[in-house]
Amino acid sequence: MRSRGSLRSHLGRRVVAVAIVGALALTGCSAGAGGDEETLTVLAAASLTETFTELADEFEAEHPGVRVRLAFDSSATLAQQALEGAPADVLATADARTMELASDAVSGDPRTFASNSLVLVAPADGRAGVDGFDDVASGRAAYVACVETAPCGALWSALADEQQVEAEPVSLEVDVKAVLARVVADEADAGIVYATDAVSAGEDVATFPIPGADALTTTYPIAVLEQAREPDLAQEFVELVLSRAGRDVLDAAGFSLP
Amino acid sequence: MTSAPSPARTPARAPSLGRPPLLLLVPGSVGAALLVVPLVALLLDTPWSDLGAQLADPAVRDALWLSGLTSALTVALCVLLGTPLAWLLARVDFPGRRLLRGLVAVPLVLPPVVAGVALVAALGRNGLLGGPLHDVTGWTIPYTTTAVVLAHTFVSLPFFVLSVEGALRTAGERFDVVAATLGADRWTTFSRVTLPLALPGVAAGCVLAWARSLGEFGATITFAGNFPGTTQTMPSLIYTTLQADPAAARTLSMLLLVVSIGVLVGLRRRWLVTS
Amino acid sequence: MTGLSLDVEVPGRLSAALDAAAGDVVAVIGPNGAGKSTLLSAVAGLLPVAGRVEVAGRDWNAPPLPVRDRGVGLVPQDRSLFPHLTALENVAFGLRARGERPATARVRAQEWLDRLGVGDLGRRRPHALSGGQAQRVALARALVTDPAVLLLDEPFAGLDVGVATSLRIALAEHLASYSGVTLLVTHDALDALTLADRVVVVDEGRIAQTGTPHEVAARPRTEHVARLVGLNVVPDGDVRRSFPPSAVTVSLARPEGSARLTWRGRVAGTTPHGDALRLLVTTEDGPELLADVTPAAAVDLGLTAGREVWLTVKATATTTDSMRP
Repeated sequence: MRSRGSLRSHLGRRVVAVAIVGALALTGCSAGAGGDEETLTVLAAASLTETFTELADEFEAEHPGVRVRLAFDSSATLAQQALEGAPADVLATADARTMELASDAVSGDPRTFASNSLVLVAPADGRAGVDGFDDVASGRAAYVACVETAPCGALWSALADEQQVEAEPVSLEVDVKAVLARVVADEADAGIVYATDAVSAGEDVATFPIPGADALTTTYPIAVLEQAREPDLAQEFVELVLSRAGRDVLDAAGFSLP
Repeated sequence: MTSAPSPARTPARAPSLGRPPLLLLVPGSVGAALLVVPLVALLLDTPWSDLGAQLADPAVRDALWLSGLTSALTVALCVLLGTPLAWLLARVDFPGRRLLRGLVAVPLVLPPVVAGVALVAALGRNGLLGGPLHDVTGWTIPYTTTAVVLAHTFVSLPFFVLSVEGALRTAGERFDVVAATLGADRWTTFSRVTLPLALPGVAAGCVLAWARSLGEFGATITFAGNFPGTTQTMPSLIYTTLQADPAAARTLSMLLLVVSIGVLVGLRRRWLVTS
Repeated sequence: MTGLSLDVEVPGRLSAALDAAAGDVVAVIGPNGAGKSTLLSAVAGLLPVAGRVEVAGRDWNAPPLPVRDRGVGLVPQDRSLFPHLTALENVAFGLRARGERPATARVRAQEWLDRLGVGDLGRRRPHALSGGQAQRVALARALVTDPAVLLLDEPFAGLDVGVATSLRIALAEHLASYSGVTLLVTHDALDALTLADRVVVVDEGRIAQTGTPHEVAARPRTEHVARLVGLNVVPDGDVRRSFPPSAVTVSLARPEGSARLTWRGRVAGTTPHGDALRLLVTTEDGPELLADVTPAAAVDLGLTAGREVWLTVKATATTTDSMRP
């Protein structure tokens, strides 16, 4: 006669096995459920945060049943993710170089939809009382910029060389929003950000032009990715960005338009 | 009378307590695999030939030097501040001791970036202490190597204190009591009895603190910033490089891994083996 | 006035008063948990106590003197030799803690190690010492500082019989020439009998009896001591009667004679005791009693565990003692 103890342990093992299979099934289920709601995943540079959020809302309004998921990060990081096959449909970067990095993951040709230039921002009531680019060039102000591997950092590096700025930043942030955050919090005397970031920060910052910045701009390409699940839907999003409505949103934010 | 040589008697294998149960063996093996496989993958995936070029890069050498310097300073600071703190928590009964012990453990569960934010709130240019400091002396702590050491100490100190406090509590007070009856004052007791007996705990705490400091990233980049030479440690460099050149990032990661393992292995025999 | 005089209360654990002259060795005996170690801790200053602890005329408790200023030599039950120091450094610790220079401290420490017969073990660490050796080192460590009071907690516990015996002899020698007061906590009657001038019996936090070892052994007032010395002690009205197991008569039927000194019970266990067999009998309404019988009688009566028996003793074979402490 089988003893009670072994019966219980037998039962226990059954329970554990069922639990494991169930968990696996659930994870399998959640991915690619499709069903009645479609999801469009867009990878966009950090500097596109406000504009693309607005455009995503518009897209969802025009396409009932579609949900747009946005991922904002440094362009270089996003390019890497696209290359490694992250499940996304659209990629929009802050310069052509990072889009080039992801070229193997892009289907078709990228389209340029905006361009941006650099400005100097300082905290609205900053301690250091920065009132112009000279304060940075002379080294009086402690300023922050992006890392060179990010588009804004590459742009600043080129501009600084051209303007022969010798003063080094005190810190290099991984994306332009991080730079802006430091300035807004008055943790740095000044920061090098895009014109659009200065617009989005509004009254929290005082904005100053940088000599030669207008000539050195960065162009933003957008493209559909090879791994897109719904290439047609992805293309529609790209069309929205390039459309009149899209250009209006970008323009209001401070982007220059091609 | 000659006797035939007896057959070689080898001891039979010691009877064990039985076969390891599958219910323990399987999850245990999965756990081991989870730890080992990524490391092996990293080892295999690294372009080793790149190592020389990387080492020649001044940014890499700066970061290596800075990581080494800041982690060493962090350990020193942990020993100087953490040992007395651990002693107070283990040996002195004061009001609020339990609360303090709980607070000491908080950085353990705090996400590193949040730790960085907390440090900014306290020691940043507009911080609780940093603001007055800046007003009076004109000094700021962020963006300096000091800030890196402070960030590392903040996250590593709990490891150190809990390790030493644990050792002190395990050893118990009996030796302290005997020392007192022999006429030793509290300082003599601490320096000649308590501390020597707690050395294994201190050593273990140092290793933990050092390891934590070497890998520290979130708090550092939030509070101290990221600039080659002053505040860019190896983890910060790896993160930045990852954006541009993942292969190079892997090489740098291997570099850090090899250095860490080297030190751990070197220390293991001398410090972690109890006498 | 030299010597030790105390009258202390540790709430819930101990309430005791005793006096001892300089040079006295006082054995403190009693069952586990009675408060013996508490008494030592109270004298050492490791516990907060209410009352008076006077040593050499100075009250150590008004206000409470810190432990390190008291000058006690404590040898705890587990000896607590510092594991990271050699035997010599252990012994020298007290001297160096009081400011003596390392060189002279070591010389004096070595003297004491020699005196206790472990002079050549100076360089060994405690883990390399046997129980008896460690105990001698611990004694040397306590004595080298010339304490006013020596507190020994079960010094022979855990030692082989032979080792304990030679240690007992050595200790007796040193205590004879020691000018302070010694409090010796022990479980063993032999310690009390051979080493002590006075015996103090602690039971349930109170002092139940004091006297010379002989007095206490002859007229034990507590069951614990009675057991210790192998006597039976029973209350009888307002007196205590004590009698040896050999005076007890064992029978299977109710015996004639005085009902007061007759008990009915069951045999709980038997042990050989010299030529006789010693029975432990649990009685229904009385104490546990010891009775000696010859092995032959044990066989005749069939005295195995669980056997119901009657015990009786002649009043003339008992010594009486007033119940008043």
